[in-house]
Amino acid sequence: MRTTRPRRAAVLATTALATTALLLTGCSSSAKSGSDGSSSAAGGEKITLTVGDFGTFGYKEAGLYDAYMAAHPNITIKYDTTQDGQKYWDALTTHLASGSGLADIQAVEVGYIAQAAGTLGDKFTDLGKADGVSAGAWLPWKSKQATTANGALIGLGTDIGPMAVCYRKDLFQQAGLPTDRESVGKLWQGDWSKFVEAGKTYQAKAPAGTFFTDSASGLFNAALSSEKDQYSDASGKLVYKDSAGVKKAWDIAVSASQAKISAGLRQFQDNWNAAFTNAKFATVVCPSWMTGIISKYSGDSGKGKWDIAQAPVASNWGGAFLTVPKAGKHQKEAAALAAWLTAPEQQAKVFTKVGNLPSTTAGLQLPAVQSAKLDYFGDTPTGQIYATTAQSILPAAIGENDGTVKTIITDNGILDIEQHGTDPAKAWSNVNKLIADKVNG
Amino acid sequence: MATSIRAAAEDGSAPPSAPRRTGPAAAPPRSAWRSRLYRLDLKASPYAYIAPFFLCFAAFGLFPLIWTGWLSLHRVDLLNTDVMDWRGVDNYTRLWDTDQFWNALRNTFTIGVISTVPQLLMALGLAHLLNYRLRGRGFFRVAILAPYATSIAAATLVFVQLFNPDYGMINWFLSLAGIEHTDWYADTWPSQIAISTIVTWRWTGYNALIYLAAMQAVPKDLYEAASLDGASRWQQFTKVTIPSIRPTILFTIIVSTIGATQLFGEPMLFGGGVGVSGGSAHQFQTLSLYMYELGWPSRQLGRASAVAWTMLLILLLIGAVNLLIARRNRSKLGG
Repeated sequence: MRTTRPRRAAVLATTALATTALLLTGCSSSAKSGSDGSSSAAGGEKITLTVGDFGTFGYKEAGLYDAYMAAHPNITIKYDTTQDGQKYWDALTTHLASGSGLADIQAVEVGYIAQAAGTLGDKFTDLGKADGVSAGAWLPWKSKQATTANGALIGLGTDIGPMAVCYRKDLFQQAGLPTDRESVGKLWQGDWSKFVEAGKTYQAKAPAGTFFTDSASGLFNAALSSEKDQYSDASGKLVYKDSAGVKKAWDIAVSASQAKISAGLRQFQDNWNAAFTNAKFATVVCPSWMTGIISKYSGDSGKGKWDIAQAPVASNWGGAFLTVPKAGKHQKEAAALAAWLTAPEQQAKVFTKVGNLPSTTAGLQLPAVQSAKLDYFGDTPTGQIYATTAQSILPAAIGENDGTVKTIITDNGILDIEQHGTDPAKAWSNVNKLIADKVNG
Repeated sequence: MATSIRAAAEDGSAPPSAPRRTGPAAAPPRSAWRSRLYRLDLKASPYAYIAPFFLCFAAFGLFPLIWTGWLSLHRVDLLNTDVMDWRGVDNYTRLWDTDQFWNALRNTFTIGVISTVPQLLMALGLAHLLNYRLRGRGFFRVAILAPYATSIAAATLVFVQLFNPDYGMINWFLSLAGIEHTDWYADTWPSQIAISTIVTWRWTGYNALIYLAAMQAVPKDLYEAASLDGASRWQQFTKVTIPSIRPTILFTIIVSTIGATQLFGEPMLFGGGVGVSGGSAHQFQTLSLYMYELGWPSRQLGRASAVAWTMLLILLLIGAVNLLIARRNRSKLGG
């Protein structure tokens, strides 16, 4: 779950305000404020719960807020969505630091959940003991990611991101590639480097102005997600430099960029969104949550033209959690809402609406998920494809700095190679320098 | 004067037209207290009147300044500001050794120059034109201030669309002239020029109004004398207008330089998702952006404070240079 766009002004404004507030108060009053419990609304008192998230969580789209408000007449839900997940997180950390400006429920992306459960652990309430939550409902590795060293469950899993590859049948046909999802999957089965090879075949006969895939960074994320060794080791120590997985994914992304099979876009940005509308690329690595983005930006012109094939290697990319910051005023009610939103039935509704795959074991089994077909993708058995992949995911260890490292590698490393033709060795040494600068304060 | 008249009238000892000073010795003993109050009033009141500003300044200007300086000598995590590890000048020496800092300094300088110079020249020209008698002068004077009244966010978002390398209007225009595909986002000079355009667009009118105000204070007979001597419009502009408003020009240069050194919003918003790092290769990361990147996304408040203080020192340096130039100019004019 992530994405980009507008609301920049809003985010910037809030950040600026928070910044000013921090500077003015000399950054001193922040740590403890608002953490000493919360008043809970008694009986029928009217309260407003706020939800902050990023990208497309699908709660509004699936009508869940309205349903909840109808069932709880004393509760009004307000929500604020930032498109760019990175900006969302930057703003959220600032708000957590100052203990103000926080929504009652804040979503956290999987790349940052280790940080939330680690350094920031004591700023969130323990949801493991909240009403309506049974910690065993989620896939075991999903809950483990949001559990602190003391055993507190600070985040309730929303979705997971088992991966596939979404491709445009019309462009594949014009480039002389097969179009049915079985044969397409076989093109690259078993190895991401075969995906790059298929890209070269495509590019040789590609319709003018189109590229095989959207971005080398997306490819990097995809290839890395299928590796067991990622940025950090099991103890949370950063080992990205010697990680075989990072090396492999980097090489694949670089080879894609050098073969010019990528459109060189930054994912979740305006031009990337526009490129969906203009059919500028033929494939996008496609965790289940990405299907919602595709249908949103490809619009009517792309309807029926997209299909979904198996990824070269099964893996998970993304997924998020709902947390309840201690600074919130209505922690009890917020926890209840978060528990309800992440319950299997609601997760299934979100899946059928925007494609975010349930992270609860019961949710994955629901017929509504198993037999789901996303309207936008025609007769593609979406639910079956993703739910099957979900079973074979081998979760990797994630550390506190994974999100930061990922952003630097993709935004300052690979994007730089794509946009400026920087020598990969130089780009990699830049990445190392930046990470040393950003991580080891 | 007014105060002394009032005090004298209250004493009842002298009519309003009485001599200005009423000495305590001349007053009856009853009013000795009053007279002391009056002197206190005369001496202390001005301080009381200006105190609010200085109190606010101490609270919101001086204290954060000193606190930032203190922070810059420590290692501080944004999320845990209670823990401060003493670092000494390490944060500063580390800046000296960081390529990214020098890159940011260079960018701040180049963006500053290519936005400030054309901006002030255009403002001067505009002010000169507005200084003529023209129809609808009032309208134009208000209109040139409109960009300044626009929010940075709104303006930048529009410019981001215009400069879009793939779908933007500017590249479309350039392609009509045979210039193919300039990448206004990713390439160093184009991206810096694009950002300078936003800055120039916003501030030209503002500076033009300042120049206009100064130009209106130039005595009309100077121009009459000049035109009697046969000076053309252009000669009047260079020989009369410019020398007359020189202090104003210096003022705008200082203010614009300070503004350019602190440039933040435009590059931040222009860069979209990679705005904080000033583009994928930091091609338009300014000092302020670097400070923000260190302090917020990377949560290293101590190092961010070091950048803030370095910026302050740079500004003081620029101020000193300006002062020297101003003094030299004044002595030249005076001599």
